[in-house]
Amino acid sequence: MPRIDGVAKVTGRARYLDDLDAPGVWYGATVRSTVAHGVLEAIDLDPGFDWSRVVVATAADVPGQNYIALIENDQPALVAVGKPVMHVDEAIALVAAPTKELAMAAAKAVRPRVRGLPAVFSVEDSLAANEKLYGTDNVFKQFMIRKGHASDADFEAVIAKAAHVIEGTYYTSPQEQMYIEPQAMMAEWRDGRCHIVGSMQCPYYVHKAMKPLLGLGAEDVVITQSVTGGGFGGKEEYPSMLAAHVAVLAKKAGRAVKIVYDRDEDIAATTKRHPAYTRHRLAVDQRGDVLAIDVDCVMDGGAYLTLSPVVLSRGVLHAAGPYRCPVVRVRGRVVATNHPPHGAFRGFGAPQTTFAYERQIEKLAIHLGEDPLQLRKRLALRKGDTTATGQELGFSVGTDEVIAAVERVAGPPPVREGTGPNGEPLRRGRGYVFYFHGAGFTGSGESRLAGRATVARTTSGRYEVRSSSTDIGQGAITIFTQIASQALGVDASLIDVIDPTTSLVPDSGPTVASRTCMVVGGLVERAAKELREKLPSAPAGEEVAVTMQYEPPPGIHFDDATYTGAAYPCFGWACCLVDVTVDLDTYEARVDRCVQAIDVGKAINPVIVKGQIEGGTLQALGWALLENIVYREGKVANANMTNCIVPTFADAPDLETILVEVPYPFGPSGAKGVGEIPMDGPAAAVANAVGDALGCAFDGIPILPEVIAASRARWS
Amino acid sequence: MSSAYIRPRSLAEALDAKAQHPDWMVLAGGTDLMVNATHRPEPAGILDLWRLPELRGVTMTDVLTIGAGTTWLEVEHHAAVLERFGPLAAAAREIGALQIQARGTLGGNVGTSSPVGDSLPVLLAFDAELELASAARGRRRIPYREFCTGYRKTQLAADELIVAAHLRPPATRTRTTWRKVGTRRAQSISKVMGAAFIELDGDVVTRARVALGAVADRPIRIAAVEQAVTGLALGAKAAEAARAALRSAIKPIDDVRSTATYRRDVAENLVARFFS
Ligand SMILES: Cc1cc2nc3c(=O)[nH]c(=O)nc-3n(C[C@H](O)[C@H](O)[C@H](O)COP(=O)(O)OP(=O)(O)OC[C@H]3O[C@@H](n4cnc5c(N)ncnc54)[C@H](O)[C@@H]3O)c2cc1C
Repeated sequence: MPRIDGVAKVTGRARYLDDLDAPGVWYGATVRSTVAHGVLEAIDLDPGFDWSRVVVATAADVPGQNYIALIENDQPALVAVGKPVMHVDEAIALVAAPTKELAMAAAKAVRPRVRGLPAVFSVEDSLAANEKLYGTDNVFKQFMIRKGHASDADFEAVIAKAAHVIEGTYYTSPQEQMYIEPQAMMAEWRDGRCHIVGSMQCPYYVHKAMKPLLGLGAEDVVITQSVTGGGFGGKEEYPSMLAAHVAVLAKKAGRAVKIVYDRDEDIAATTKRHPAYTRHRLAVDQRGDVLAIDVDCVMDGGAYLTLSPVVLSRGVLHAAGPYRCPVVRVRGRVVATNHPPHGAFRGFGAPQTTFAYERQIEKLAIHLGEDPLQLRKRLALRKGDTTATGQELGFSVGTDEVIAAVERVAGPPPVREGTGPNGEPLRRGRGYVFYFHGAGFTGSGESRLAGRATVARTTSGRYEVRSSSTDIGQGAITIFTQIASQALGVDASLIDVIDPTTSLVPDSGPTVASRTCMVVGGLVERAAKELREKLPSAPAGEEVAVTMQYEPPPGIHFDDATYTGAAYPCFGWACCLVDVTVDLDTYEARVDRCVQAIDVGKAINPVIVKGQIEGGTLQALGWALLENIVYREGKVANANMTNCIVPTFADAPDLETILVEVPYPFGPSGAKGVGEIPMDGPAAAVANAVGDALGCAFDGIPILPEVIAASRARWS
Repeated sequence: MSSAYIRPRSLAEALDAKAQHPDWMVLAGGTDLMVNATHRPEPAGILDLWRLPELRGVTMTDVLTIGAGTTWLEVEHHAAVLERFGPLAAAAREIGALQIQARGTLGGNVGTSSPVGDSLPVLLAFDAELELASAARGRRRIPYREFCTGYRKTQLAADELIVAAHLRPPATRTRTTWRKVGTRRAQSISKVMGAAFIELDGDVVTRARVALGAVADRPIRIAAVEQAVTGLALGAKAAEAARAALRSAIKPIDDVRSTATYRRDVAENLVARFFS
């Protein structure tokens, strides 16, 4: 089935927030901190500016509580006078004006006065806690997994018995989502209610945040998602901040106000992937079987807690990798710094720790002199095995299928040495990875969320799917239509997936964590099936609606206190091969070929699924080789599209995508998550391949040409 | 707030307008100018040269003449350019990507004369001449090597426009090359790039012009390398001589795109490759 939203988007008919207008709308602009850490002493207004034509709002204009409600309430919508400034580009004041130009001019005429304090830009400095940014130790959150041992002493005893211990520390860099549509939001107050419409992934996150901030009840805040040009996690938490800003301005201005970020502002101020340092020890016996895994991961959370604990949790839960191991210790910490808050990005912590364990397995293969793919096959988790948290894998484990799929197409490895068209010497190499990704919310999250979705036959005789899951380009509307059409036994043209508006749709949970098709799609399927049974006896001309609520599959329990149990309802499984060429004149590594075989349970719409995998793969290849956020004194120094590099089509290799289907019994038609998994593995595959080409280890990304040049002394 | 706007129909009209409004923004394809449009005050007026017929097109007589308003797409597809000015075609193909090449012009690249303007080392290597014009003084010619005098600074007078560039074709025994190293494979700003024009007698270099971009405040010729290789046969020895001569000839910098060390290393490798 072709994408339902496709034609409108390709022909330019789709109306993004910037295309929407309310009568008499004004434009907002944001006054931001230029200081990474300090205290806001005053906000001065340039007396030479004509303030009569604009509205200025500060923390004092927030009608309710001045915080963005998320996990903790530590982040203000606007820094209040007398309160700390925690990062560069933090919002201090807002202006609104009849034109964008006037708003920008006014914003420049607002002068915050900040008394500077020493700032913290590294995780080491943060952990040293000389400067306290959060609590007494700057640690936002710590998680610990222990399997097969009671104490650290027990653990070290196992390590001591190992025939060999592979050890390394791995760095993964911050990454910008670079969604094609920058963050954008509009608010209007009508009859005491605040209506907010904008580009977002999670209308109910914004709803939750606006209630205390605006001092309103649930009914009086109405959040609507507009057509959204990509999110990748970047529109998970930040839209609540932007919604707060337009809502406060709209209230003060007494009219609709919208803000559409300029690209540079978007890159500078909004969330990025958490940079992470992961120390990893892999203890093996004589045969190379894994005896123990020890991981210590520290992520830079930035200035506020935001979603960091959840990102860390996923990172920790994936850190031991999809390998059999009786004894596992994983410690994860996310710490406060004076960087702008890091946040959600496709993969959500897992790509960081996946990079570390797949570099480790590669080093083990080199140490043992064993074929890297065969080693992975030998050590991999299969049905009946248990993960680091003791989750027994009961179903939908595609290990053998994904590895076999890659083996089938791999072919001989590239010839190691060659010459390029300009006479430049070349080196080629191949890298493999095997990895997994938990589908759905982490731990007990799905049960706690208790997401709901409704399918209804309306009075007009058409069918409606009502959920708060957003289509952000990933195809949710199309997939829900397909699922409902099949379950109802009616033609897809009779089905409308309505735009997510909190007053019209139930809370299905956020559009994150590869859960939309698997979890919410599952609710849609169940609701549609029940509706189909009810319809014959229902009076014609009346609305009949069925709402379903999430229930965990039997036997899926997770204990948050001990970090044991079923971390996810199920996992996706993947194997990836990457061939690279390194140009020894320019030190550029280029990916020539990338094969991804991914177990998705069931591909309800194979074109959309392949699109997800190809897009995620390219994002991962970019992260591995090109993408680099340059922070200078806490400010993004390359906050523009010219210098914040993401891959273009010319940088994309041949992508060979192989869909493997080992059904998940509790997903719609067997489907499980696919959105995030392609992001997790390829970066390590690239590092493994570049290492193979040059004969030395690359333990950090991005592997920029500058990095390869600097490694020259280590080549073999 | 909107600027005055003129779109002249002839070069004479354009030169008059330029003389009258020397402070106005001269707009060709706009691919340099629009990038910073939101970050700078609006100009008093805009003089739009886009598609002005007298500035467009490529002609090949005993020299190649490229009108300032010719787009990179037109340059890269011109038969004579493809046949005899390989480095220019190659540079054109690597400026931005298709959309930018369809809009960006030679005059714009020269007008900006940024250290990372990709066509500029080619102009230096071919020792191209620019043709400039003004209403008051008519036309004049100036070699590109004298035109750019500093970071985005040129000899263009306030009442002048760039009309064309003229390039002499290489003789048969000439090696011409070009290489760009950017931040990625398209839509990328150069970290280092360079061009060479090497006249040969058999395999022996009789005269060479070597130019690099992104290693100084402007695109530069590297006289030290040119001298070092003259009289040597192409091959390992010439390559090493070029590399050694380059070492003390440039002082690249660190910036958000790359490092001085990398630029130096790669510039050496490229120059060595030109002569190997
Ligand atoms: C996405 C993107 C990618 C790019 N990639 C590259 C790249 O890879 N390599 C590269 O070198 N450049 C690149 N550029 C820059 C730009 O495309 C080129 O420099 C192009 O040649 C500029 O031409 P233009 O006609 O668009 O110039 P404009 O923007 O119209 O003008 C540029 C300057 O030249 C002046 N000017 C133009 N014509 C005349 C004239 N006839 N007389 C006097 N002054 C004149 C203008 O006043 C202005 O100062 C890129 C730009 C973008 C937006």
